Amino acid sequence: MLDVENITVGYQTRKQFQPVVSGLSFSLDKGEIGCLLGESGCGKSTILRCVAGFEPLQAGCIRLNGEVISSVDQTVAPELRRVGMMFQDYALFPHLTVAENIGFGLRRMPHSQKKERVREMLALIGLEKYADRYPHELSGGQQQRVALARALAPEPQLLLLDEPFSNLDVDTRERLAFELREILKATGHTALLVTHNHDEALALADKIGIIANGKMMQWDTPAALLEETSNPLVARIMQREELARQRSEARLRGKDSQASLAAD
Amino acid sequence: MMAAIVIAAIVFSPVASLFTTALEGGLEHWSHLWETVLPVASWNTLLLLLGVGVLVTCLGTGAAWLVTAYEFPTRKYLGWALLLPLAVPTYIIAFAYLDLWHPLGPLQGFLRFVLDIDSPRGLRLPDIRSLPGAIFLLGFVLYPYVYLSTRLMFLTQAAGMVEAARILGESPFGVVLRVALPLARPAIAVGVSLALLETLNDIGASEFLGVQTLTVAVYTTWVTRSDLGAAAQIALTMLLIVVFLIQVEKKARRRQRYSTIQRMRPMAAYVLKGWKKWLAVILGWIPVVIGFVLPASYLLVEAIKRIDQAGQVSDQILKAAFNTLWIAVVATLITVIAGLVVAWATRRVRESFQGNGSVGWPAKLASLGYAIPGTVLAIGLLVPLRLVDNAIDWITTLADRPVTQLLVLGSIWSLLAAYVIRFLAISVGSIEAGLSRISPSIEQASRLLGYTGSQTLWRVHLPLLRPALASAALLVFVDTMKELPATLLLRPLNFETLATWLYAEASRGTYEEGAIAALLIVVVGLLPVILLAGAQSRRSKGPY
Repeated sequence: MLDVENITVGYQTRKQFQPVVSGLSFSLDKGEIGCLLGESGCGKSTILRCVAGFEPLQAGCIRLNGEVISSVDQTVAPELRRVGMMFQDYALFPHLTVAENIGFGLRRMPHSQKKERVREMLALIGLEKYADRYPHELSGGQQQRVALARALAPEPQLLLLDEPFSNLDVDTRERLAFELREILKATGHTALLVTHNHDEALALADKIGIIANGKMMQWDTPAALLEETSNPLVARIMQREELARQRSEARLRGKDSQASLAAD
Repeated sequence: MMAAIVIAAIVFSPVASLFTTALEGGLEHWSHLWETVLPVASWNTLLLLLGVGVLVTCLGTGAAWLVTAYEFPTRKYLGWALLLPLAVPTYIIAFAYLDLWHPLGPLQGFLRFVLDIDSPRGLRLPDIRSLPGAIFLLGFVLYPYVYLSTRLMFLTQAAGMVEAARILGESPFGVVLRVALPLARPAIAVGVSLALLETLNDIGASEFLGVQTLTVAVYTTWVTRSDLGAAAQIALTMLLIVVFLIQVEKKARRRQRYSTIQRMRPMAAYVLKGWKKWLAVILGWIPVVIGFVLPASYLLVEAIKRIDQAGQVSDQILKAAFNTLWIAVVATLITVIAGLVVAWATRRVRESFQGNGSVGWPAKLASLGYAIPGTVLAIGLLVPLRLVDNAIDWITTLADRPVTQLLVLGSIWSLLAAYVIRFLAISVGSIEAGLSRISPSIEQASRLLGYTGSQTLWRVHLPLLRPALASAALLVFVDTMKELPATLLLRPLNFETLATWLYAEASRGTYEEGAIAALLIVVVGLLPVILLAGAQSRRSKGPY
């Protein structure tokens, strides 16, 4: 379905070539949810932008359904790729209503069909009553669902999600992560998401890739990554996530006990 | 991107041609100039710039501090009323005060009445037609540039630091001297350099008041002696001053950028009581009265008188008003579209280079025009426009239909070119600010939903840019309507705008319908001031 083969991306400084992603490969089957996990600045968002077609490649190629969509000398324009994307800031058009946002990508559809499709999508995300609202009148979670519906409406071959939950509070985040997996699995979409959050990756993905310094450390199922680690760096990343979480939980607990002391 | 580079090249062409024309002028011109006009004109210009600089600094900073730090009756209204003089172009305030301050005019008459003096000879006041007079008048219409930048600075930054200084035991006077003024220095520099660029651009006021400045020298050298080489050399001298002022402005802006940007928090104003309260009211309203109320009401009275007498307005002034209207509309359209192209191209390039410095140069070059005084721009445009004429001539001769007369030079086209070059900076700046508020992911989202770049511009960016485009259009329209120096030099024969009409009447010394023209200009000029005042009060209320 999606094959990323040996891609290298970077920029030319005055002195030398500065790679952001180097020699990275992975592939995703139809209906699978893949996740790129890594710390901020590791190059994972750049990979997403390459698949979307916003970033030219310096080496390697990207294939979608067997067709080359990005290579060194040829980049299919983003608007011709039939790839959907949900942005970190949702990027909803502020001058359009919820319904108009969702219908934005359906321009080739006849009017009645378009209306039907928008209604379908609204039902899918459970926001039928909000069709005529403007994005700024919605909560963060609602905005996120509209962004998802807008990306899914034109039936993309592949859905990209850039840090889909980073703008939400912790409770909403957990609820929506499961909701998102339900929706994607129910509609049978193939999706690739990028996150720095270990829990999100484990909750959502069928395959997880650990990225560090622009390189793929390991591309495997969550179970495999948790049980056996072929690479010491991967182990460290997984463990560090684990440790950090335990530590922050401990700190929270500590604060609680202090608070209760103060109350006494 | 190509289009943006072409636009930038067009803007730069007058500067380049100015150099070549000045060089062609030869050295003997130069020495001749040195013996005649140049020393006096340069000296006058420098004194004028210095005087206006000092005056606008005092008025602008003082007014900004007064309305920020003190509470007194009418403070709220004064906050925006202080912007009103922006609506009065320099040549109009000079025009109004020539009459107002005339020994037999209303102001001196009133003074004599109060002091109980019978004859005009009993009270001799300094003549407004002098260098100090010019400094005084220009200062009172140009101080809002300093007021605007300084007040914004006080509103955003000063509260915390002023409070800290007071807690540390600094007296109110010490707070001004040791905290507020040093803090405001970059903002003052920005405002002063803008006011001085405007001073350098002025032709009407200096001419009416009999001050021989460089601008006036360029004009007379070209128009009465038709000596292009010498005019270009004087213009080049002015360009030197411009470059210096731009450097000052840029440096100040850079320092402003690094100053800590804090949330808006109004300073707890010091409540004035008793006589101090009324002193503040009087001090605060003086600039407004001198810079706006007096000249505007004078123009209103004179215009009404004139219409009353004649029973109607003449056809010529209607024609001039119509000319002004349509040329300003056309120039605005072209300028806003060109601004959109430049701003859009700059953004696209900046994104694909990902923060790689030096790509903003088309926008920067395109913004140069605003700093070039109108006369300098006009002189610089003569050669490129003649080249275009020659090219047209060449092409039409090739096509066997020779057009012998000059098509572009001395036509509406040259006037439009000057307006677009001079005011492109306004539209680029305004549209760039609007674009920067639209996140790049919005554009990417549209691309992924199947729209090409230009379709995205049309369906997403243009609707979102509507307020920015509207304010750009308004500002360009008003500035075009007021423009005098370049219009004087480049307009076709018998083509009068309201500004040139007023200029002609004032230089002939006939005060017939000039007041009507001036009043029209001031009234239209009030529109952007209202816009600005609205933006300012919105800013001082909260985060938006």
